[in-house]
Amino acid sequence: MDKLRHIFKLLCFSGVVLLLSGCKAVVLDPKGWVAKQELHLLITAVLLMLIVVVPVLVLILVIARRYRSSNKKAKYTPDWAHSNTLEAIWWAIPCAIIVVLATITWKTTHKLDPYKSLAVGGKPLTIEVVALQWRWLFIYPEQNIATINHIEFPANRQVQFLITADAPMNSFQIPQLAGQIYAMAGMQTKLHIIADQPGTYQGRSVSFSGDGFSDMKFTVKATTDQAFNQWVQSVKQSSNVLNDETYRKIAAPHEDEAAQYFASVDSNLYHDIIMSYKMPSKQPVAVNATVKATQITN
Amino acid sequence: MSTHAIKNDLHHAAVEEHAHHGLDNKAIFGFWCYILTDLIMFAALFATYAVLEHNTFGNIGIRQTASLHFVLVQTLILLTSAFTYGLAIVASKKNAVNKVMLWMGVTALLGLSFLGLEYHQLSQLAQAGHSWRNSAFLSVYFSLIVIHAVHIFIALLWAVVLMIQLPKQKLTDTMRTRLACFGLFWDYTVLVWMLIFFIVYLMGAI
Amino acid sequence: MLEHLIFGKLTLGDIPFDNPIIMGAGAFMGLVVLAVLGSLFYFKKWKWLWSEWLTSVDHKKIGIMYIILAFVMLLRGFTDAIMMRLQQAMAYSPHMGYLPPEHFDQIFTAHGVIMIFFMAMAFVFGLVNIIVPLQIGARDVAYPMLNALSFWMTAAGAILINVSLVIGDFAGTGWLAYPPLSELAYSPTVGVDYYLWSLTLSGIGTLIGGINILVTIIKMRCPGMTLMKMPLFTWSVLCAMILIVVSFPLLNITLFMLFLDRFFGMHFFTNTMGGNPMMYINLIWTWGHPEVYILVLPAFGIYSEVVSTFCKKTLFGYKAMVYATMGIAVLAFSVWLHHFFTMGSGADVNSFFGIATMIISIPTGVKLFNWLATMYRGRITFSVPMLWTIGFMITFTIGGMTGVLMSVPGVDFQMHNSVFLVAHFHNTIIGGVAFGLFAGLNYWFPKIFGFRLHEKLGKCAFWCWFVGFYLAFMPLYILGFMGMTRRLDHYSAASGFHPFLVVAAIGAFVILCGIIFQLVQIAVSIKNRESLRDVTGDPWDGRTLEWSIPSPAPFYNFAETPVVDSIDPYWKEKQEKLSHPEAVKKPVYKDIHMPKNTAVGFLIGVTTGIFGFAMVWDMFLIAAIFGIASIAIIIARSFNWHIDYYVKAAEVEKTEAQIRTSVETQTQVV
Repeated sequence: MDKLRHIFKLLCFSGVVLLLSGCKAVVLDPKGWVAKQELHLLITAVLLMLIVVVPVLVLILVIARRYRSSNKKAKYTPDWAHSNTLEAIWWAIPCAIIVVLATITWKTTHKLDPYKSLAVGGKPLTIEVVALQWRWLFIYPEQNIATINHIEFPANRQVQFLITADAPMNSFQIPQLAGQIYAMAGMQTKLHIIADQPGTYQGRSVSFSGDGFSDMKFTVKATTDQAFNQWVQSVKQSSNVLNDETYRKIAAPHEDEAAQYFASVDSNLYHDIIMSYKMPSKQPVAVNATVKATQITN
Repeated sequence: MSTHAIKNDLHHAAVEEHAHHGLDNKAIFGFWCYILTDLIMFAALFATYAVLEHNTFGNIGIRQTASLHFVLVQTLILLTSAFTYGLAIVASKKNAVNKVMLWMGVTALLGLSFLGLEYHQLSQLAQAGHSWRNSAFLSVYFSLIVIHAVHIFIALLWAVVLMIQLPKQKLTDTMRTRLACFGLFWDYTVLVWMLIFFIVYLMGAI
Repeated sequence: MLEHLIFGKLTLGDIPFDNPIIMGAGAFMGLVVLAVLGSLFYFKKWKWLWSEWLTSVDHKKIGIMYIILAFVMLLRGFTDAIMMRLQQAMAYSPHMGYLPPEHFDQIFTAHGVIMIFFMAMAFVFGLVNIIVPLQIGARDVAYPMLNALSFWMTAAGAILINVSLVIGDFAGTGWLAYPPLSELAYSPTVGVDYYLWSLTLSGIGTLIGGINILVTIIKMRCPGMTLMKMPLFTWSVLCAMILIVVSFPLLNITLFMLFLDRFFGMHFFTNTMGGNPMMYINLIWTWGHPEVYILVLPAFGIYSEVVSTFCKKTLFGYKAMVYATMGIAVLAFSVWLHHFFTMGSGADVNSFFGIATMIISIPTGVKLFNWLATMYRGRITFSVPMLWTIGFMITFTIGGMTGVLMSVPGVDFQMHNSVFLVAHFHNTIIGGVAFGLFAGLNYWFPKIFGFRLHEKLGKCAFWCWFVGFYLAFMPLYILGFMGMTRRLDHYSAASGFHPFLVVAAIGAFVILCGIIFQLVQIAVSIKNRESLRDVTGDPWDGRTLEWSIPSPAPFYNFAETPVVDSIDPYWKEKQEKLSHPEAVKKPVYKDIHMPKNTAVGFLIGVTTGIFGFAMVWDMFLIAAIFGIASIAIIIARSFNWHIDYYVKAAEVEKTEAQIRTSVETQTQVV
């Protein structure tokens, strides 16, 4: 048992050291209001559970050691198998903790509902997100620009992501700013985030979606209002435009992470991508989605 | 009373229970369990139906699949078959093998005519461009109906096997148990059809 | 035309001759099969194999075959695990590791499928098959032929999944094959079809097995054994079997709908034409979450037996344990949505399912406290089964904590789909299920084979598994906080993941040592079986009925139907024997009703296995032949009126006397 305890201690210790030295634990280093709330919640829940977990772990080791068969001094009661008091205690303690945790859960789940716009950060900036095989298309409807695998927005301003897919299911996440939400074809999910300070963050698809999934990453740059406007202008200088034809090209399966910029976008594109899965009149936009139809006729 | 006396009593009870012959309770209880699993499977299909019912993708909806009159005839055929099988069971209680055969035959023929109507309706739908490939609604509609029809088909196969076995075996305990299980299965398929009738057709017509 | 009907889509080009890893693995498997077949020829054991094993309906033999299957599949599944760990330890960009993504995808899919369906499930069914009838004083299960059928269909599914390694490919979709990724549009190869058919076959086998054991427990308990006097292992199995009966139909129909999509071009779960992939995700988890408890409840039952035996104490709080187990079984159906909080269900729904999930931790926690109270004021012997149990209590506590953590939707938004999740479910499945199964194997091995397993090697195996587990999975918890997503075949070096993944890979190798120790333990024990022989039938001073009969159990189990009037009947009988040695009755033997062996289960396993393979490759002629053959065999069976026989009382008496004399000579030798 000593060996066991020793190993356990060693593991905890080395874990903490590695965590501190690495300093890349993005979930533990939030840079936005949402992610901060989520981390706070995580810590609260862990501490609450440690109230039971730590005593249990200690008890397991202490009891196992004390009542080993070689220890003849320890008391032995072979038929003692019931105690109302004791059982009441260990039904009650977990119940109490779960009541507290459940209350917290109910409140925070509503507070952190990704569909709800945030109380902070003013009027939201809208970015439409399309998960493709295997990259991310971002459309800024108000600015009429589009990008691939890179987004920028002002810090301290709320951002509303409207998310869909023209691909198998993916999940959209920027861990330092907020938790994830699925991206699914033919429908739209929403996510609200805010960055509390300028900086560059990593985002990626976290739900497995096929061979090119590992590189399905994007970079997020939170800047100032002014820098954001400049950036929009610079994107508008790009020679590419996003229309039906260019969209077909980028929607075909690809496995490269490079960012791309489009000076303008067809205003209906995002809507059309969703509706292509919902309406019989329009054919699916993506090349790969039409594969299905040909395979059926074969 | 000492524990030994209790043990002896229990032993007697156990031995007597074994001496008693009749239907194989274990088999019938197990068959009930099977029917429960089958019903859960249909529950999943009905849930899927509820989700996909309106996803017609520009093709026909439930009201255009079959006329209520047609479905009512199907329903009446199956209800009658449940009744005629009941008559077969009554006959078996009176040890009248020939009558059991007769009523089982009638039941099977009713089942067969149900399948015929089913085939007629579905093949017309498919030929008119409303096949299972044309929308999510049609997929789940065809699946629900055909999986039910497969149940009836298996029951018919079973009925034929029983009708081959009966004249030679007569109404032994084993055969009675099988007749009872078959009865459970037949009534169950009728029940599922009633669910289809209410959930799919009647509620669809509202 | 005929060629297409026979061979379907299959061509020689579907065998990846150019891939050395696959060909090597295939050649190795081929060699093993050849070696087994060759030795069968050499030792002329065909007849023995056929009449003693392949056609056997004896629940103990079927159980042994399940456990052998589980061990073989453990090796296969673990090979996949080591390959994944190596790939991730090597693939920090610009290095890409040694596996291309499409191969890596298949490996993690196969690993999950094999470990859950063909390792854990098969192992659970093996122990359940052997032990439950012995614990309730029955002579076999309710339907012995169907029991064989269950096993052979599971085996057919397992073989199909291994065939996919060499002929064609396996699904690269993740172990639950979420559509639309698993639909034809995104997975056009036969991989998903292999997945569907191997799981359909084993799923039907499991469903039949579940009904079988359920009826056995409800209908075949010996006189006096009321529900509240059943041993806790039997209780937990009863709950698990109820879960199987309710949840496996959901799995079968869901996979069938995916099959309809792929085969008939339907649109249940497609992106287009009105299909709804979210429906699949809901349906599969209404099976998937209860499945977790199907695995872990029997393990809980094993821990209960082990704790009370090795602490020499009545299990604490029997009633509470029963209620807790039943409570977990019922709650298991109310939490499936916690697997996809992030699908946009809304705050009310998410909160409901999150809180329901937390509630499960209450009965689970109570069970843990009751095991602790059983140890308290006991006399604990640290035999191998007890070591696994203590290892479980520690590991599962941590796994339970991370589980409750992830049941909070706000936290789950961050941790879902990360390797934190991977660490969590391995923490519960290895720490809860695998540890329990190994405890059970060490505990009941003497009852199954008549000799104990080597103690020291068993302890080595435990320590390797235990330490290896922490080395392999604690880094994954940390990586989860570092934002590492699951199922990555490579990652950027700048992420800082690499050192942790190296530690995890080392952990996997330590576990490998544990598995090797287990195999050596079995081999050494077989070699030294004479010195390890269990002559008493009761090597651990046991408490329940299975220890009241000789080891290994005779084929009819109980010479005399036992009668029971307490929770630990054999313990009580031993106590009474000590205080009133004169009260021991002479046994009265009666004729014993037994089922005859039959090839039906084996043959249907073969025909449905070939049917499945033919369906994967669109070989319609072959599919039709073997599909019809399967039905024909069932019908033919219904014309067989001589499926049972009686063992005469005199023969029982003779056998029992033989066992007793051999025990006496053994005792003298020892």
